[in-house]
Amino acid sequence: MAVAAAGRRGRMRRLIGRDPIGYAFIAPYVLFLAGLFGYPLLLALYISFFDYFFAAPGAVVDRPFVGLRNYQQILGDPVFQKALLNVAEFIIINVPLTVVLSLVLASALNAKLPFRTFFRTSYYIPYVTASVAVIGVWLWFFNGSGLLNGVLGPLAPKPAWLVNEFWAMPIIALVVTWKQLGFYVLLYLAALQNIPRELYEAAEVDGAGIVRRFLAITVAEVRPATTLVVILATIVGANLFTEPYLLTGGGGPNGASMSPVLLMYREGIEQGHAGYAAAIGAVLAIGVMAISAVNRFVLERE
Amino acid sequence: MSRTWLRLGNLAVALILILAACTAGGSSGAPAGSAAAAKGAIKIWYSNNAEEVAWGKAVIAAWNKDHADEQVTGEEIPAGKSSEEVIGASITAGNTPCLIFNTAPAAVPQFQKAGGLVALDDFADGASYIKDRTGDRADQYKFTDGKFYQMPWKTNPVMIFYNKKVFTKAGLATDNPPLKTYDEFLATAKTLVAKGGVQAAIWPSPTAEFYQPWFDFYPLFIAQSGGKQLVEGGEPQFTSPEGLAVANFWKSMYDAKLAPNEAYQGDSFADQKAAMAIVGPWAIAVYGGKVDWGAVPVPTKDGMDAKDVHTFSDEKSIGMYTSCKNRGTAWEFLKFATNKENDGQLLTLTGQMPMRADVVTDFPDYFQKNPEYQQFADAASRTVEVPIVPNSVEVWQTFRTAYSESVIFGKTPIDTAFKDAADKIKTLVSGS
Repeated sequence: MAVAAAGRRGRMRRLIGRDPIGYAFIAPYVLFLAGLFGYPLLLALYISFFDYFFAAPGAVVDRPFVGLRNYQQILGDPVFQKALLNVAEFIIINVPLTVVLSLVLASALNAKLPFRTFFRTSYYIPYVTASVAVIGVWLWFFNGSGLLNGVLGPLAPKPAWLVNEFWAMPIIALVVTWKQLGFYVLLYLAALQNIPRELYEAAEVDGAGIVRRFLAITVAEVRPATTLVVILATIVGANLFTEPYLLTGGGGPNGASMSPVLLMYREGIEQGHAGYAAAIGAVLAIGVMAISAVNRFVLERE
Repeated sequence: MSRTWLRLGNLAVALILILAACTAGGSSGAPAGSAAAAKGAIKIWYSNNAEEVAWGKAVIAAWNKDHADEQVTGEEIPAGKSSEEVIGASITAGNTPCLIFNTAPAAVPQFQKAGGLVALDDFADGASYIKDRTGDRADQYKFTDGKFYQMPWKTNPVMIFYNKKVFTKAGLATDNPPLKTYDEFLATAKTLVAKGGVQAAIWPSPTAEFYQPWFDFYPLFIAQSGGKQLVEGGEPQFTSPEGLAVANFWKSMYDAKLAPNEAYQGDSFADQKAAMAIVGPWAIAVYGGKVDWGAVPVPTKDGMDAKDVHTFSDEKSIGMYTSCKNRGTAWEFLKFATNKENDGQLLTLTGQMPMRADVVTDFPDYFQKNPEYQQFADAASRTVEVPIVPNSVEVWQTFRTAYSESVIFGKTPIDTAFKDAADKIKTLVSGS
């Protein structure tokens, strides 16, 4: 009897674990994840295989299963291909710029500067300010009769920055770098504060100069933070929406700053092709995961 | 470790399945027959500008006074990127009010496809009421299945507004300015930029949104073609000689930098950066105190008499939504809100033209007191709507993309871009 009871208890323990009360503690977050992340994600995958559109509850509508047709169509869609190239250009400019600038700024802000707190706060302000609000400032700065062209005079590009097919995407990459920089500086600051001072002192004794110390100690020691910054900046870049929506008037000029997420919005929300938009989302998510995996592999290998 | 993850995964999948099961079986809309007669309290949404809010509140108060059992509650349309986006989300959620007094005709096909709109023909006097009130123009608001999924409500016939001060500064006449033909318009535009102290002669938004053609290409196309829609009988019309003439006119404006291809932040006409604008009469109240303005019909290639010039309606309709249970009350309230008295009230408070067959004859006192609105009322009888066809928004987006690349940015020849767009649009309006 006792053996059988112990066996049942053992099976039960294997099934629900030694401290089932733990489930109660994690349940709120699991519920949150399942409801607001898991369910929409699975639903999006599901609708990407249908000629799907949003409809009123109970409405009798025809949303046939189309298999991989949405995926075939987006991969052959020149607008989507252009959007992918645009976002690749964005990431190539934005990610290295973000890593270099945020690490250099974090190192400077980690030193004993006068007004250090003031500077730290200043760099963080753009990050917590709504994009819609700050984009107005950049529009005034970059438009044809704006501040920058006023300074450049005859050297200003024609057409002006935001309606110039060559410059539109680099400008967006710059603006987003500026906007996000504060957050990444903060990540690097936290990492920098974990580097033992002795390492720098030992290197100094060995005759290493400031550049050598920065490259051999700082860059090497903050590598886990760099992995995080690169992955986060890639994800933020792949989700680019507000800047091309507002700064270049809906992905202009002539589609030169169209991003995959802006295309998703246009197709899924404005034009009612939710199945097609969901397929764009799925391809984008797979692409971001693949890039992040490569980043992690390259940056974390010993 | 791996077992813990497995357990968590099982829990998460179970929760997702429960959630999916909960959301899969939505409630169904009320059956059309019984709902069409049902009476009781209803909710409506109106636009959020101060004038229309004042109108909405007054109409609701007047109705509620005499209908204790059929009370109407009004709210402003919730904020969003656009009203259409909010209404679309609300249809999907099944929580639309009975009536929305700000339904854009271009969005109606999408709302209809989503099963969100009630055909007003369901009511015995539905079609006849709309036709009696609106006259011949009512036909433009029928969907391709011949039904009315919207009630044409108010129009803002667009015209060319011009700044008299800038015209005087440039040495141009202000009473009957030379803006009738394309040649006159171009010459005037050059003079304005050279001598009027403005950055642009006219500054329509050059951005890529699907609705932008309504305020540059479309009004001029309607005028040039004598009142044609972008698509008629399933055939795109903009590749016609008239359509190409309009596109070439705008290309000349962009090429000569008389219309900038860069967006202006704000209102270029109110800020006096542009000498002209394409707007409807809603703008009179806005510009009244800021700009000494005049208005003329949009130009045509060789010029036309003002009384012959058709223009874009910039109309908003009233939609009845399928989540409405008490549709009998909703229909009665819709008729009440669009009777002569309340239409007059709308005109007085907002300056927008009710979609009545003859608005000038219906409200002679108003136009006598407000002569600046008279020419818009004249134009209101010659307004043309966007085509109410399947995939309407995508049709406009396709057109806008072709127009941007060929006219605004001059990357491709106009006829090639327009022909490619017409081929795509023909497929789109066939519903495939």
